[in-house]
Amino acid sequence: MIFKVFKKEELARLHELLAVNIIVGPVSKGNDRNGKPLYDFDVTYDFNELALDYTQTVHSPKRFVLPYHETLSTFSITRDGWKKHVDLNVYRPLVFFGMHACDINALNKLDLVLAQSTYPNPYYMGKRKNLFIIGMGCNPEPQCFCRSMGTDSVLHGFDLFLTDLGGKYFAEILSATAFDLLTQLTCQDPSAKDLALYKHATKEKSKRYTATVDTSDLTKILDLEFESTAWDAWGEKCLSCGTCANVCPTCYCYGVDEHVDPDLKHASKIKSLHSCNLIDFAKVAGGHNFRPTSASRLKYRYYHKHRGFVEAFEESLCVGCGRCGAACLADITPPEVIASVRGKE
Amino acid sequence: MQNKLNFIDILDQTSGARGGKEDPGSFEYTLSAEITSIYPLTATEKLYQIQIIDPDQRKRFSFRPGQFVMLELPGIGEAPFSISSSPIRHGDIELCIRAVGNLTNFLARVERGTRVGISGPFGTHFPLEKMQGQDILLIGGGLGIVPLRSPLLAVLENRSRYGRVDIMYGAKTPAELLFTYQYEEWRRFDIELGITVDQADKSWHGRTGLITELLQERISQTPNLRENTYAIVCGPPVMFHFVCKMLTEAGLPMQKMFVSLERRMHCGRGKCCRCNIGSTYTCLDGPVFDYWSVMNLKEAI
Ligand SMILES: Cc1cc2nc3c(=O)[nH]c(=O)nc-3n(C[C@H](O)[C@H](O)[C@H](O)COP(=O)(O)OP(=O)(O)OC[C@H]3O[C@@H](n4cnc5c(N)ncnc54)[C@H](O)[C@@H]3O)c2cc1C
Ligand code: SF4
Ligand code: SF4
Ligand code: FES
Repeated sequence: MIFKVFKKEELARLHELLAVNIIVGPVSKGNDRNGKPLYDFDVTYDFNELALDYTQTVHSPKRFVLPYHETLSTFSITRDGWKKHVDLNVYRPLVFFGMHACDINALNKLDLVLAQSTYPNPYYMGKRKNLFIIGMGCNPEPQCFCRSMGTDSVLHGFDLFLTDLGGKYFAEILSATAFDLLTQLTCQDPSAKDLALYKHATKEKSKRYTATVDTSDLTKILDLEFESTAWDAWGEKCLSCGTCANVCPTCYCYGVDEHVDPDLKHASKIKSLHSCNLIDFAKVAGGHNFRPTSASRLKYRYYHKHRGFVEAFEESLCVGCGRCGAACLADITPPEVIASVRGKE
Repeated sequence: MQNKLNFIDILDQTSGARGGKEDPGSFEYTLSAEITSIYPLTATEKLYQIQIIDPDQRKRFSFRPGQFVMLELPGIGEAPFSISSSPIRHGDIELCIRAVGNLTNFLARVERGTRVGISGPFGTHFPLEKMQGQDILLIGGGLGIVPLRSPLLAVLENRSRYGRVDIMYGAKTPAELLFTYQYEEWRRFDIELGITVDQADKSWHGRTGLITELLQERISQTPNLRENTYAIVCGPPVMFHFVCKMLTEAGLPMQKMFVSLERRMHCGRGKCCRCNIGSTYTCLDGPVFDYWSVMNLKEAI
């Protein structure tokens, strides 16, 4: 990897250079009822709109690669047949200005199943390949357990990653396009002092995590504890609302619906993100539901993330961002669920 | 404008023919097909003959018994159906469909000549090559006869390569029996056909009782199933349970016993997660599983 440093003031210049493209970044969205600031990713037009010191966005960046609703295809229907039209719904590149390591890692995990497996999903790939990502170091929040998941730092899947060194940014450069851009700023090679500052910053950050999850042998333990009563207790609390999957940067499951236009000449096929906590997730025609209880559905969500995905890809489908727990009205958080299922060892 | 990023068209970069498993362009690609004839089997099931329109595509469409297709009707829906015809017929397939919901009720009302979209074939298949030289038990309950029909027809094409072939088929009532018009033909191909219903009516001269009774009789004729028998079991989960248990007790090894499982499916391509059993994709790793794999799946049957 190539490293550079540049003065903080240069960041506005970088934004200006990229402003010929559409730029998405963290913006402030007011406060919650406790006065805590809320953030979300949105299209921005001005460098000053960006809240680059944001804590964590309520929603993950996934809607820019996996829209909540997406038209997969449309049909024109004629007397003797019909034609299908496929549109991947991506027309231009998107610059992501200020994505945290966990969210970039989440995209990398989605890549494994949506882009690098059999039957790659072109709707996802088209959007993902057209992202230019500028990563940004973060400040751990109380709900963050990314360090337990090994996702507190990120090694690939971005173009440029910036770490705040005080008056300067330390830049990790991963693409030729990013390198090209930086040649248009005033940059230096990092000095020995910069390197020391960078190492110090990462070390300090890692001390600030408060939430942890014990992931040792977790895949095996989930298998052993499949019948554990801990699941029933969480099932009692869970509202089966699907909020956790909604805010999660790695949840990607979906359902498809088709619609006919009132003129009967056109139809569309629409994909909507779903959640395995919703009651109809595994219901089949004829009415049988393979997961009728909220406990069985909640268990499945953990099972998929921390066991199934690990079996398939050697890593879990959770980056420890803690969004699901923070958004859950029933206060169900992964660290508590996993600790209770592990039980006393 | 020098910093305007280049747009990457992912479909442009991919080469090769459409339809490959690795080709992102194949994801929403459906083969255009026509329902050439519709044959009512019972009050709720019909047999649809569906022909891929393009002759080239029709020839290239090849599947193995046990695999399924996704059938799409614009604006109505898309759903998985097991291919019920012989593999030598390629893209001239037969689906037997029960009217249960949106799409299937609509299909029950369409006329021949209707255009549909077909994608696939998807999923795993029954290992008919491995079964050569051996006796075969085809055990089906209710709609379970549908996925059994493709391996059966494939066996009939190559009858000399297989030993004794038994079909054991059970339905609730005589009126619900599928493919009644073919029973005589199957028997003529030296297939032992055992049929039973739960509730007989006046016209019924055959057996009444559970499918497990048929199986019990079959098992009592051979001392041990371990050496030269394969079984395919399709039907409702309760049936799997009892039948697989009996077969296991009769010595049939778990890896010589195959089932076809049904789950909700919204993509057929390992992307929507709706078909997951525990963490296994029924659409990719199934629908055909051997019994050993099924035992290892949480919440399978
Ligand atoms: C591998 C496989 C093979 C099958 N083979 C056959 C067959 O040969 N003949 C037959 O009659 N049926 C078969 N089914 C079941 C068939 O797919 C459902 O009956 C069908 O999806 C019902 O669709 P619908 O729109 O009429 O029902 P609705 O209840 O209105 O369903 C709405 C949507 O839910 C989904 N869905 C609902 N139930 C199921 C289900 N059981 N399986 C998968 N998706 C479902 C579909 O995507 C459907 O579009 C098979 C299912 C699977 C998984
Ligand atoms: S865990 Fe919480 S957010 Fe998720 S479905 Fe249950 S109540 Fe809703
Ligand atoms: S499961 Fe929860 S903690 Fe893990 S990635 Fe999803 S939202 Fe974040
Ligand atoms: S049907 Fe979508 S993942 Fe299997």
